[in-house]
Parts: sequence; C-alpha cells; structure tokens
Amino acid sequence: MSFLELEPIRILVYLVGICAFVGGNAAYLVLAERKGAGRIQRRPGPNEAGWGGWMQPFADGIKLLAKQVMVPPGTDSLLFRAAPLMVMAPPLMCLATIPFSDSLVARNLNIGLLFVFSFGSINVMALMLGGWASRNKYSIISAARVVSQSVAYEIPMLLVVITMLMVSGTMNLQEIIVQQGGGFWHWNLFKVWVNPLMPVTFVIFFTCMLAETNRAPFDMAEAESELVAGAFTEYGGMGFGVFFMAEYANIVVGCCLATVLFLGGWQSPIGYLSGGLWGLGWFLLKVYALISTVIWIRWTFPRTQFYSLLNLSWKILIPVSLVTLLLTGAMLKIPLLFR
Amino acid sequence: MITSKESLAADSPDHAPHETFVLNLGPQHPAAHGVLRVLMTMDGEWIQRAEPIIGYIHRMHEKMGENRTYAKFLPNTSRIDYLSAMHYTHAFVGAVERAAKIEVPIRAEYIRVITSELNRISSHMVWWGALLLDLGGFTPILYAFDDREKILDLLEGLCGARLTYCYYRFGGLCNDADDAFLNGTRDFVKHMQPRLKMYRDLVTDNIILRKRLTDIGEISAELCRKYGATGPVIRGAGVAYDVRRAEPYSIYPRFDFKIPTYPECDSMARYLVRMDEMEQSLRIIEQALDGITAGPVMAPKVPRVLKLPPGDTCYAVEAARGRFMVRIVSDGKDTPYRVKLRTPSFSNLSLYEEASKGMILPDALAMMGSLDLVIPDIDR
Amino acid sequence: MKTSVERLTGLFVELTKRSAGLQPALTTPNPPTDAAKPELAAAQPSAPLPVTHATRGFDFDATVAPADVVTAAEIMDREGFAIDAVTGVDWIAQNEMEIVYDFFHPTEPVRAVVRTRVPRAEPELPTISPVFPGANWHERETHDFFGIRFAGHPNLKPFLLPEDADFHPLRKDYQP
Repeated sequence: MSFLELEPIRILVYLVGICAFVGGNAAYLVLAERKGAGRIQRRPGPNEAGWGGWMQPFADGIKLLAKQVMVPPGTDSLLFRAAPLMVMAPPLMCLATIPFSDSLVARNLNIGLLFVFSFGSINVMALMLGGWASRNKYSIISAARVVSQSVAYEIPMLLVVITMLMVSGTMNLQEIIVQQGGGFWHWNLFKVWVNPLMPVTFVIFFTCMLAETNRAPFDMAEAESELVAGAFTEYGGMGFGVFFMAEYANIVVGCCLATVLFLGGWQSPIGYLSGGLWGLGWFLLKVYALISTVIWIRWTFPRTQFYSLLNLSWKILIPVSLVTLLLTGAMLKIPLLFR
Repeated sequence: MITSKESLAADSPDHAPHETFVLNLGPQHPAAHGVLRVLMTMDGEWIQRAEPIIGYIHRMHEKMGENRTYAKFLPNTSRIDYLSAMHYTHAFVGAVERAAKIEVPIRAEYIRVITSELNRISSHMVWWGALLLDLGGFTPILYAFDDREKILDLLEGLCGARLTYCYYRFGGLCNDADDAFLNGTRDFVKHMQPRLKMYRDLVTDNIILRKRLTDIGEISAELCRKYGATGPVIRGAGVAYDVRRAEPYSIYPRFDFKIPTYPECDSMARYLVRMDEMEQSLRIIEQALDGITAGPVMAPKVPRVLKLPPGDTCYAVEAARGRFMVRIVSDGKDTPYRVKLRTPSFSNLSLYEEASKGMILPDALAMMGSLDLVIPDIDR
Repeated sequence: MKTSVERLTGLFVELTKRSAGLQPALTTPNPPTDAAKPELAAAQPSAPLPVTHATRGFDFDATVAPADVVTAAEIMDREGFAIDAVTGVDWIAQNEMEIVYDFFHPTEPVRAVVRTRVPRAEPELPTISPVFPGANWHERETHDFFGIRFAGHPNLKPFLLPEDADFHPLRKDYQP
C-alpha cells in the first residue's frame, strides 16, 4: 500500500486507470448501445467480430485508426485538429474528482462539483469550434444549435446543482456521498423532507444531462437526418472516432455525477456493505443503470424539434428548477427560525 | 408552444441582418430518400426559398413506351414507383383493357384488389419507417420492415417478384392465386390489426412525434387543387378525394371502406390519413377474401399482339402516393403512339416550394417526409 | 353551383364561339390527311366531344385554340378543378403538336381533358402557370420533351433532362 501512496505513482496509476476506464467505456458502450439497439429493434446487433460481437470495438477502432485524417481544404486547420482533443480532454479531467468508492478517488478536491462543471462546459466550445472550423454549412448550423442548446440547458442544470449544494453544504463529492449513507432512503433523490420536489429535481438534472451530452432525443448537434452529421460532417477516421468516444465519455461523466448527487454514489441501498470493493460495485451498478436508461431513451424516441427543445428549457425546466431552489432554501431555513 | 409561424414573426428575416446562404440539400442527403436535390436559400435555419431540382434518376419511361409493344412496356411501369408497383401495373393494364375493351374475369379482379391493397400497406409501412427515421426515431423502420417482409413473402409466392411485380396482365393475371396465398393473406390481416394498434400506442401517441408533426407543414386544400396534389396529401387537407371512389375502377365499388380524411392540413393529418388507410386496406382485403369465387383469372382470347384502336384512353388508379394516371395515345399500331405517365409524387413535390416558405429546416424535412416521395416516381 | 359535364360543355361552347368571332380559326399548314382515323383529325377548335368515362377514362373532351388555353384554364379553375397533368403529343404526320391539359375534380366525379394544337414548326402557346401554379412543372417537362415553348413561363430551363440538354426526346423525329 505504501508504494501506491507515493504521489508520482499514485498520479500515474490514476491517470492510466481513468484513461483506461474512459477508453474501455467508450469502446464497449458503443457495443452495448448497438447491442441494446438491436435488442430494442429485434435484431441481433453486431455478432460477427469475435465471440458474439465482443471484438467489434477493436474492429471499429482499427478501422478508424487506419483511415487517413482528412483536413478538407479551406478549413481552419488548427481548430479543426484541436476540436477532437478539446472534446475528449474534459471528461477525463472530470473523472479525476469522481469518487468510485470510499477510497478510490484520484483527487478528493474540496471544489469537486465546481471542477466538474467548469470542465464540463468546455465540451460545448469544442463542438462549436469543430463545427465552425469545418467550413461546412451543416456543421455551422449544428455549431449554432449546440451553443444555444447548451446555454439553455446549463442554466437549469446549474440551478439544480445549487439546490444540491444547499442540501449538502459542500462541494466535495466524497462528502456529498458520505452524507447519503445508511440505506436508499437517505439518498438525495428520496430526501423529500428536505424538498418534496427532489425526484423532480433529479428528472431535471437527467434531462439536462441528456441535452448537454447531445443525446437523443436532444441530439440537435448531430441530427443525422437533417444535418447529415452536424458538427462531425467533415470529420473522418479517428477525428470522428474521438468525437464519438467523447460522447460516451460525457455520458459516463454525466451519469457518474447523477449517481453522486442523487443516488448516493458508492453507498449501498441497504445501509451496509458499502466499503471497499462493494462500494465500487454499487457505484458502477448505479452508473450503468443510468447509462442503459440513456441508451434505452435514444432508441425509443424520435428527435425533438429545436424550438420545442429550447421551449422545454426556458419555459419549463428553468422555472421549475428555480421553484425547487427556492423551496429547498425555504425548507432548510424556516425550521431554524423556530429553534 | 411556438408554432413556426409565430417564431417567424418574432424572428423574421426582416428584422435579422439580410444575410442568407444557399444550402444544397442533396442529391445525397439522408432525408432526401434518393437523389432529390433541394436548393434552399436559408436565413439561419429558416427557409426563404426551397427549390426542388429533379431529374437525377430520369429514365425516360415515356420514350421507352413509344418504341416497344404494350406487353413489353408492362414491366417498365412497375419500375416507376418501385414501392407501389402493383398499382402502377394496374393502371397500365387497365388503360389497355379499357381501350381494347377486354373484360377481366371477376376472380382476377378480386385478386387484383387484394394484391393492390397489400401493396398499399407495404408501401405505407416503408413511408412510416422512413418518416420516423427523418424525425430521428430509428426503431420503427425495423418493425415496419418486419411487417412489410410478410407482404413481400406473400407476393413473392404469388408472382415471384418481391418489389417490381409484373403480376397483372392484359385481361387478367399471369397465374392464379393458390390457397397458400389466400390463407397467408388471411393470417397477415390477423397479424397486422394488432400491430397497427401497437404502432398507434407506441408511435402515433408519442408526445414528441405529435409535437413534431402537429400544426407543421400546412398544405391547404386549395394548394392541393392548384398543384394537383393527390392521395394522402389532399385527404390530409380534408378533401375526400380518392380515385377508388371518384373514378371507380376494378371492383372497388363492391367494397365497404372509408376514405380517411383529416381537415387539419398539417403533417400530422397526412400521417394519420396513411395510418388509417392501412386499416381500411385491411378491411378491403378481408371483404375481398370473403367474396372471392373460383373461376378463370384470364380473359379468353386476348390477342398476342395487341393493337389498340386509334384515340387516347386514360386510366387512373389510387396508388399509395395518390392519383396515378396512364394516358395511352394509339395510332392503331402495335406500339403506343404516346404514353403519358402522370405520377403522384411529381405533383405532390411541386407544391413543396410554396408550402415550405418560412419553415425551419427540420420542419421542412418532416413535411417532406409526410409527402412520402419516391424519387424515381418523380423523375420517371 | 355543382360542376357537371353539361355545365362545362356550355361554358366551352361559349368559349369556342367567342374565340371564333375574335380571331380566324386555327390555321393548319398541312391539313390532316389521314381521313380514315377521324379521332386523330379532330384538330380544329370545336364543341366538346361526347365521351364516356367507362370507355375512355374521362368525361369531357374539349379542343380549344392555342390562344384560349388560359381562358380555358380559368374556367376550370373557377369550376374547382385541379390540375392533373399537362403533356404533349407529336403528330408528325399532320405537322402539329397537340398539348393536352388534364383536369380532375376533387369533389365531383368529373374528369376533363382540354386539348389544343400548335404548328410543329412554331410550337408556342401561353402558359397557364399563373392560373394553376402546378402547371409550372408540367409545362417545363413538356418543354423538355417536346420543345413546346410556353410564353410567359417563369422558368423554362431543362427540368428532367440534363441542364445542358438541347434535344427534345419525345419528338417523333428525335434521333438519339
């Protein structure tokens, strides 16, 4: 143990660990998504490469890696190349503060929540740059959509986060989880005595997460039947591959955060068996349950219209999240008056 | 809920800087369903002008009609709109029979109705899946193709072809329907009725779908009339125009079926018309299966080399996309002097420029999906 | 008032009379020679011919002078008809081009055909696209295939044919 506690070793181990976690997730979530889509659509899905399709991510990866990275003439070459990097880096950074179990966290920062959201916002800029640098009309439309969509959905998301901050009183993700210990009724999702609208808050957070990660039914940025491939139209080979992986990495981060904030992170739903590997198991179970919900939603709903997407945010989600914020503040403070 | 018109007033190009760009949608675009090109002048995402440019898959069927005999041209008709080939062959066969005064045996007419209606359902299933694909819903098309596969299997057993049928012949059919087909069709009707209910529950009542289609893409009855739009487009504008009723052909007057109309004129109305039409087609098939009698399927003494009397003859059918008319002008020889093919998609698309003005791009594409275009049908 | 074949007949008889009074009858450079085929020779503007739907596929068949097609289209528009198709037929033996306008009625079971003929050397007649905007595409197509010019048409560019096409494939003397 003492060897692992050496700082450089620790950093290296976590760096490799997080990269492997994101890479593995991105690769196998694509497969899971395709298998899930196959299940929903009553077809086998990928089943040729490897054992029942389990080698498909490698086949895809090798194919994408072997392709030439084309930079079309007239594009802003530097931004065009930088965009995939900028879209992939933030989710990796975010995972540094996510506690996977009571002891498994790369950096237990006091400002963990702020850290995650500040890096999470870069994603939008990367998509916008990619779309703008591509010099393609579809990409530019997509870039404009991404910006207005993200602006619209960051507001309710951050309002929800502020609500959670008021409930927990800390930005340290590990502490937020520790507060939720002792059975599922202690999870923030079910803390209706703090705020009766807590489940609604969770739904808002989840919706915003879908919109922020550009997932169906809010996949305005890609919108393949309208904008061909949106911001990724001009990207080929691994440039596209990185965008694709980043989408899944962002989903992982979003679901991790939802788990930490609402579902008690690595806390066991029954009150005990939360320590060590059990905690890791509970955490991953919750995260993958949320991820499969995300996949399930994608393959069952058509895409929303762009203005109804914005309407949903500005007219419903923002007012409701403001109400929850006020209600939480009131419910936290009013009992103090009578003490 | 902002409708596109309200948004347009709020975000009118007059208030925005006058900067437009041209978006070349197609000929290769996922929503174009073929090689349709739409030259769009855009103000941001708002369409100022959308001009369809067609002809990328033009094959000059009408010229082919002039240099081959009637029998040789018959297979061409099923290649025009490959999704409703039965109706198209029906129209050509019907025109020739009308001009040559050939009486078709009653059993053949029954089988024609059954196969035509089956073809209508299979065509609408493709439209349904493709429209949902346009709207970003991936799953329905696989269910739709699952059902369509059953129809294709039935028709393959009947005439050997799965898509471009040439089953109808001048004076009847190329071969009789066996019990396997008739029983299989009965089973299919039983299979399809609950499926349509499932589609209604799962897809039609989906709130996102309703929001994407309701009040969007208005095509009024007057616009339909001015452009000659027919089929579900005009019925979605509240006009009960159906060739099966307006110009009864074959033995359609014998059947009891409703012409579904919705007066809303929006994309949802056209959607619902087609969904209801499938139910009505099932009703017609059921009645036809009950009423079919034994007998010959080919008129006696149809000459091998057909020579039609001089003059022109029209025959219109209700194809899956609307009114399809064949005009044969004959000069008494064994080849047509002129064959005019009036295709529904051509007229339905011609109103697109006027109807899509001021719409936002995704709505315009949803409207295009609700028109149910088949590009070879436009280009011929 | 409900549209019927009788009503249409009356309107078209009137139209033919008025037009005969205003201008000389359509001159055909080569008068029809094929007397054995009476229906092919019906080129002159005349009173509508009686036809039955069961044998021909339409209920009403009128021939008008080329200059009258817009008036005829306006009559059809007022009567609530919808444009079905516009097409041509190249009668090379008679040195004429026939233009056929098809109309259907959305609510009444009436199918009407209006025809006109122009000389083959100078195939030109007014466009009906201001009356029926849908005729725009049909006329462009007819121009493509037959080289018939529709005076006043907003956009008579090649449509189904390639954009540099200078041939008219449905003319009977077309050599590929």
